[in-house]
Amino acid sequence: MGNPMKIRASVKDGVTEVKVLMQHEMETGLRKEADGTLVPAWFITEVKAQHQGRTVLEAQYGQSISKNPYLLFRFKGGAVGEKVTVTWMDNKGDTRTDEAAIAA
Amino acid sequence: MERRNALKTGGGIGLMALFGALGLLQPGKAFAEWNKTAFSSKSMEEALAALGVDKPDNSDAIKLTVPEIAENGSVVPVTVACTLANVQQISIFVDKNPNVLAANFTFPQGTEGIVTTRVKMGQTANVVALVKADGKFYRAAREVKVTAGGCGG
Repeated sequence: MGNPMKIRASVKDGVTEVKVLMQHEMETGLRKEADGTLVPAWFITEVKAQHQGRTVLEAQYGQSISKNPYLLFRFKGGAVGEKVTVTWMDNKGDTRTDEAAIAA
Repeated sequence: MERRNALKTGGGIGLMALFGALGLLQPGKAFAEWNKTAFSSKSMEEALAALGVDKPDNSDAIKLTVPEIAENGSVVPVTVACTLANVQQISIFVDKNPNVLAANFTFPQGTEGIVTTRVKMGQTANVVALVKADGKFYRAAREVKVTAGGCGG
């Protein structure tokens, strides 16, 4: 099911800023082991962020995104204590969902 | 005749139900389909074509923040912030990477036109931001020098 994400959300002047740190190897499928065997591609392909059930950001990732992807975005609205949920899915079909409460 | 029709209809409904069930069982269905063509594009032209973009205009309204020199090409922070109204989509490319498209972000109403991510860069290249705002495409690009070998020079 993947490793947990770190999510920080904070609201200021009516805008919520969300910072996410996902834990994922993000293998490109181009890297070789010392013995020359190709390491198969394994990376997050889709990310979705929701606030109280409403989608606030959708992303598709390619192989060029760094290991343990970091993401920052902002949306209008949000109140202290409300939930922000982030879900990712990788190219093997594995998914992970985590949530965080919005702080001041 | 009537029986045949009934069978046909029944079969149709059965098939629909099956598709519905499959849809529910696939967790990935909640996502828009991953744009394989765009993400396996080997050049900027190919990637832009796959995203259905013709020739985007350069825009000063896009603020692309990247380091001038990246000592570690595997973690290069990229921030795209635009002052354009009604930002719908931001795509980030690294023009010399094997697969040029790094990420494609979709912004619903109410989400601001700013995003930060980190990309891998195999060599010195241009980081390109493509922004769709109010149905029109704009771009901005900046070069990032990747110093190999970690000698910082």
